[in-house]
Amino acid sequence: MIHNLLALPKYRGLIQTLVVRDLKARYRGSVLGFFWSFVNPLLLMAVYTFVFTVIMPGAHPESVQPYGLFFFCGILPWTWFSSSLTEASNVLISGGNLIKKVLFPAEVLPIVSVLANLSHFLLGLPILAALLIYYQRPLDPLELLWFPVILVVQFFFTTGLGLLLAALTVHFRDIKDILGNVLTLWFFSTPIIYPMQMAPEGYRWVLNLNPMTHLAISYQEVLFHVGPHGHWKWLLAMGAASLVVFLIGYFVFDRLRDSFAEEV
Amino acid sequence: MTNAIEAVNVTKVYRKYARKKQFATLKSALLSGSLVSELQPDETFEALRGVSFQVPKGCTYGVIGRNGSGKSTLLKCVAGITRPTTGSVAVDGRISALIELGAGFHPEISGRENVFINGIMLGLSKKEIQKRFDEIVEFAELKDFIDAPVKTYSSGMYMRLGFAVAIHVDPDVLLVDEVLAVGDQGFTVKCLDKFAEFRRRNKTILLVTHSLDLVEKFCDQALWLDKGKTHGEGDPKLTVTAYIMDVEKAEEQLLAKEEAVRVAQAVAPVARDEDSPQPHNPVETGEAPANMFAATEGRWGTREIEITGVNIVGADGTPAHVFRTGEPLTVKIGFRAHQPTRDFVFGMGIFNADGLCCYGTNTNIDELEPDRLSGAGEVRFVVDRLDLVEGTYKFDVAVHKLDGFPYDYHRQLYTIRVKSRQKDVGIYRPPHRWEVTGDVTFRPPGSGFKRGDRDGDAPAD
Repeated sequence: MIHNLLALPKYRGLIQTLVVRDLKARYRGSVLGFFWSFVNPLLLMAVYTFVFTVIMPGAHPESVQPYGLFFFCGILPWTWFSSSLTEASNVLISGGNLIKKVLFPAEVLPIVSVLANLSHFLLGLPILAALLIYYQRPLDPLELLWFPVILVVQFFFTTGLGLLLAALTVHFRDIKDILGNVLTLWFFSTPIIYPMQMAPEGYRWVLNLNPMTHLAISYQEVLFHVGPHGHWKWLLAMGAASLVVFLIGYFVFDRLRDSFAEEV
Repeated sequence: MTNAIEAVNVTKVYRKYARKKQFATLKSALLSGSLVSELQPDETFEALRGVSFQVPKGCTYGVIGRNGSGKSTLLKCVAGITRPTTGSVAVDGRISALIELGAGFHPEISGRENVFINGIMLGLSKKEIQKRFDEIVEFAELKDFIDAPVKTYSSGMYMRLGFAVAIHVDPDVLLVDEVLAVGDQGFTVKCLDKFAEFRRRNKTILLVTHSLDLVEKFCDQALWLDKGKTHGEGDPKLTVTAYIMDVEKAEEQLLAKEEAVRVAQAVAPVARDEDSPQPHNPVETGEAPANMFAATEGRWGTREIEITGVNIVGADGTPAHVFRTGEPLTVKIGFRAHQPTRDFVFGMGIFNADGLCCYGTNTNIDELEPDRLSGAGEVRFVVDRLDLVEGTYKFDVAVHKLDGFPYDYHRQLYTIRVKSRQKDVGIYRPPHRWEVTGDVTFRPPGSGFKRGDRDGDAPAD
């Protein structure tokens, strides 16, 4: 496992090429092309803002106004996370030809899924920046230094889960279907459409067990809330945990590797 | 000389899951708490059993064998795509596997981009691909289409591009799995040229193929796999010959079995169900079908003279179903007449697989005047040289009156297969030879495929 793990950097050229291919291929044939990377989160933001400001006005405290911006800070990384997992869970099966017929490092495929979605996430950042300027939110440059840290933590966490799901889906095809529902539940258990303070006291510990909670709060602290990043301890703990998740994911993937060519 | 490929005692066991478990779900596995046991196979299938072989560097090594004999599995083990269950495979040098051409192509993006991506997947760097790009496109004959999305390619274009990329990886060991059928004649020749060039540059080729010609002409050594085991190894000519004989034996058995079934069905009375349509299997009827030419297998006639048995025998007098072009053949027709008669004609017809009558005659046409026939006996139709080209042929055997009224007509119940090492076309091979005058010479047969050598072109590197 260590040996294979150390071989990973060797494939960066391959990974890079495949990520670019993924981005190119995804919107090929659509009118808006890669603008969909911007439009998708914007539309999602529009939907939730409509619900929580027009249909249910006053549902949220003053601290999360403007609501659209608050939501956008959470939904952007969440989309990266959930799309990565959805794609990673299917990637070995859809890339079956590569696994079965070509000598190919299989772990590259889920990693490419995560990275391709990271690219969409990064493409969404200019919109976030535009919103921040529009609402004239003050940003602390020092606090912004946390942003890449959060990104790295989320990357390892997502990749670990992605590898695990990719490997298990080969044996249990219905993970794909379960995953959709699990992700919906997970979305609502993460303070994205609501701030953490709105969660009932008695349930906060549940939310605290959710790794995505700390990532979402960190993003919100850095990008939305004024004042120092008060969540950094949680984030660092989460960072350690995500490394463990990554290693576990890689370990399981590596153990099941030999079965892929036969089971896909 | 060292070995490029060394396989020691390679065994590959595939799992076979019971149908019920094939659709095992995580939920059911969790519910029944059998997550681990679900992953255990019920039954296993040994695709390879203790296969060992060595391929010296620079050697072209052919692997032959029937479908399902484990050839492709062996190739996958050598390529490292699957790992042998036990045993080991060691390969020295960079491998390129022509197993599935264009496996990594993405349909939505252009051929150009796919060449780069595919090349990188196969282990080239961007620079190396850049350098070889024009050569690849030229080889694939896709100059005008290289910027079109791959999904618009025909399957031949797709394969050609895949082949071109794979072969330009410049491997030390090239694994080829039956991929020469990717293009027209011209392209196939180009591929063979490329292989010849590889040989000259002392690269190793492992070739899995059903084209025995190719193995004979092209390989230095051959391995014959049968049901996952090594059945023969060594000189390609000897191995191929042994293989062909084995295939013919199996074919012979199969044809004999099929024929037995067909004859049994034709003889057994067929239960007629008024509601059901005409059965497709051979039917025994008293009358000839309205359209003789449309009729397929079957048997009809009054049976005043009955054909009791038909045997097609070869030179050694034992029943045979596989013949070589030019071999003798005899059709033995056993008959029994229920009453003596003076009005009888024995007939023979030979049809090819398209239903075309290749030859037909009878004792009347051959000017044998019927005189008397009674009791049981045997009539033999003796062919000294069966000059038919390769193919499957069916025989009509009949006995009828001079006016054609059938006593017993066996329509295409007997099948033989004619084999030939020459791939001539048509139906009939007249004994022939070529004579030349002037400055025309031919190389002696068996000098192999060495186009590249003859052209004397330097290896392109």
